[in-house]
Amino acid sequence: MTDPGGPQEASREHQAGGAGDQPVLEVSGLRKEFGDLVAVDGVSFTVRQARSLAIVGESGSGKTTIARMIVGLERPTAGTITACGRDRSSPARSARVRRRRGGEVQIVFQDPYTSLDPRQTAEATIDEVLRLHHSLPADRRRSRIAELAALVGLDERQTRALPRALSGGQRQRVAIARALAAEPRVLILDESVAALDVSIQAQVLNLLADIRDSTSVSYVLISHDLAVVRQLTDDAIVLHRGVVVEQGPTASVLDAPQHEYTKRLRASVPRPGWKPRRGALLGAGKEPVQP
Amino acid sequence: MSTAIPLVTVQAPRGGRAVGLLRGTGAAGIASAAVILAATVVAVVGPALAPFSPTLPNLALAFVGPTGAHLFGFDYEGRDVLSRLLAGAQSSMLGPLAVVIGALVIGTLLAVIAAWRRGMVDAVISSSLDILFAFPGILLAVLAAAVFGAGLPAASISLAIAYMPYVARVLRGAALKERSQPYVAALEVQGASATSICLRHIVPNVMPLIVAQATILFGYAMVDLAAISFLGLGVQPPAANWGVMISENQVGIPQGYPLPALAAGACIVAIVIAFNVLGERLFEQAQGAR
Amino acid sequence: MSETKGRGAARTGERGTSDEGRRRSEAGMGRWVGPGSREASTAPLLEVDGLTVRLRVEGAQRAVLRDVSLAVRPGEALGLVGESGSGKSMTARAIDRLLPRGAEVSGQIRFDGADVMTLAGAGLRGYRNGVAMIFQDPRAHVNPVRRIGDFMTEALRTNLDVPAGEAYRRAADMLGQVGIDDGERRLRQYPHELSGGMLQRVMIAAALLTEPKLLLADEPTTALDVTTQAEVMAILDDLRREFGLAMLFITHDLELAAAICDRTAVMYAGQIVEVRESALLHDDPLHPYTAALAAARPDIAQTAHRLAAIPGRPLSAFEAPEDECAFAPRCPHARDICREATPELIGLDGGLSRCARAADLRGRLRPELAEGGQSDD
Repeated sequence: MTDPGGPQEASREHQAGGAGDQPVLEVSGLRKEFGDLVAVDGVSFTVRQARSLAIVGESGSGKTTIARMIVGLERPTAGTITACGRDRSSPARSARVRRRRGGEVQIVFQDPYTSLDPRQTAEATIDEVLRLHHSLPADRRRSRIAELAALVGLDERQTRALPRALSGGQRQRVAIARALAAEPRVLILDESVAALDVSIQAQVLNLLADIRDSTSVSYVLISHDLAVVRQLTDDAIVLHRGVVVEQGPTASVLDAPQHEYTKRLRASVPRPGWKPRRGALLGAGKEPVQP
Repeated sequence: MSTAIPLVTVQAPRGGRAVGLLRGTGAAGIASAAVILAATVVAVVGPALAPFSPTLPNLALAFVGPTGAHLFGFDYEGRDVLSRLLAGAQSSMLGPLAVVIGALVIGTLLAVIAAWRRGMVDAVISSSLDILFAFPGILLAVLAAAVFGAGLPAASISLAIAYMPYVARVLRGAALKERSQPYVAALEVQGASATSICLRHIVPNVMPLIVAQATILFGYAMVDLAAISFLGLGVQPPAANWGVMISENQVGIPQGYPLPALAAGACIVAIVIAFNVLGERLFEQAQGAR
Repeated sequence: MSETKGRGAARTGERGTSDEGRRRSEAGMGRWVGPGSREASTAPLLEVDGLTVRLRVEGAQRAVLRDVSLAVRPGEALGLVGESGSGKSMTARAIDRLLPRGAEVSGQIRFDGADVMTLAGAGLRGYRNGVAMIFQDPRAHVNPVRRIGDFMTEALRTNLDVPAGEAYRRAADMLGQVGIDDGERRLRQYPHELSGGMLQRVMIAAALLTEPKLLLADEPTTALDVTTQAEVMAILDDLRREFGLAMLFITHDLELAAAICDRTAVMYAGQIVEVRESALLHDDPLHPYTAALAAARPDIAQTAHRLAAIPGRPLSAFEAPEDECAFAPRCPHARDICREATPELIGLDGGLSRCARAADLRGRLRPELAEGGQSDD
């Protein structure tokens, strides 16, 4: 993987004060309305180079809408989105701007079964992106495809296979390679490991950690899974009904949640010794059921 | 997390795409394809195969029955029926082909534009198509013949226009579904142009449906063009054409000489059935694969 | 299988599952056994014995379940955990007699002593009233154009001949039990007017109305948000204990199963590879797959340097080799012995393990010793 910019980072702990201070993605006062429904309301955050931010929330929290606005699939009702110092709040006016934005922020979707063209091999999928972003001769593209395939752990046979011949985890690797082919500064992971089996999820999470260590890419992880959030991110914002209710370093948000909702979220995660308790969603004054 | 056991595991396609498509259509589908292939060969080399002149009349032989050298006998002007059938294959097949290509190209284009832009553009295209639906193809062809003169080109163009809404409606649904797939969103985020996404991804993915539509429409177009030629607004006599042959030999039916008209009719029926069977099978396959 | 000591050994040759249950009782974890089960506290309510199912896959009959045996005792909750293709849902389908056409089945399923596979007519309807199912996607299992009340009372009115007024009263009461107030009004609503979590609570209430003895829950909370999941699980857990209901709880989530169930069975490639008291499953597993599965899951309380990923991908039963350990290709502990034959499910430390080296590996599979760093596909 060639570095999209910035020096190679050996250890993420050391980045806070160095090159890592440079913001690669800034979102400010973001708002999205669908008719009468306010899906996202006043969301602001900053992602610095080689740092990872989690956007935590449940269904209907607006987290996926934020991801779609950042990559330009939805248009914000209000607020600004700036990536690599350039505004991207309004739709791209030209093919050149569209491609440049593609080189700044990329996304990996949740469902590995629908996020690849069923008629395209992994190789062709990556090649198409390389043609779009870089004017490389054919042999350079071939070697770059091999590099990217090796980076995400696809062997030669898998690289030549159609998606239907690949497992869910392998398809998600192809989707990651496709996103990285544009050499983005920010990679949005929209529930990218949520649909994978536990044993495969661990492989992909390790892969994402390796990629972050060997490049200076920043992650924005959209997730409802607090354990995955813990594993992959430095900072977290907690979203509830379109509003940020808590924000801070991931470790402190998870270990010492301040907001009621975050506490409830944290308490709802099954773990050894956990017993579900009734009443979390029922308001006060309701009778608990007694045998 | 999915808990379903994958009961269907897809294998890489064996052989060519066309072969793969055909394999799933069963014996009836393959037999139909054979009929269509034979008709196509005849359409290409038919005039050369004709043992006698298809156009030179010999009134002395009018409505003479089959003989050893003339398997289907002679028509109302004493021309060899077999020779006219072989020579007529070309215009009989070429007309529907032109109709299908025209309807598919325009229909696919409108469907993909509507699916891609959605919103207002989709609404305008869809309602225009609904209006066009109201015009029967034959009526359009009669009008076109009145304005531009009778002949195969005018008839084909008007049928193509009349069929286009059917194509567009079916393909718009499929294209909309494809448009909403995450892989299309991923390409948009990459900065790929709409044209390239549509041409390189959406159209190829709805292609099985396009092929199925083409096949079904071909049958309809053949019948409608035969009807137009029968009315005298399509291919003009003395040129050989199956629709024209039915028209000009219908006088023989009440006189006890039905063979010339029936032979042409049988050709049309056989090919229309073949196209319909194959088309339905391909359509089911395309729907099943979705 | 040792079947020698402990109170109330009623069955022998039961592949040790009742042995399991007894140890659980001894450990004092059987205290929730409900009133309905007291008179028969040891005879399993549901017994699956040597269940093998073959289906047509890719043009050939192939095994999707291989020699699955398990027992659920009255009032007990048994978890059934596995990844995709492990056969956990197929097991549920076999128990509910919902296998696809053309399935070849061998082995036995017994419920309350009756042979489930041969039930028909009234017997089958009686069985279905005794075994209630809850599914992952409630919306796919209710008729969208019928009112909630209509749906909830159908079984009562048609199968149990309860008068409509009485059935509606019971349904409204039961909605109260699952934490849905204003039951009368809810009964008049349509499914689309309720959220997913609410609808799943309606499904639970509907399932409990026929007073079943066994609840078959197939990933009932997978489609729900985590806070809703906690709420629904709490309701399920409370009511199950209150009604003395046995439960077979099918999930991909090892931690959820361990938290809810008395015992947990782990499936891999169509076989049961481990049965263990839930309290011990995470910290002291008997099978390397269970250990690997627990270790692969990220921990909410701390960031691991690397997750202990399991190499390769989970196999479906029909892909797995028939004459060796199905997990051997992905197992860090595999030796030659693992490739010589399919291991038997053997009793060990109060649990069951289908591992040829289970005794060898005792104490070496604890999470703090998990091997990490493999991430290859």
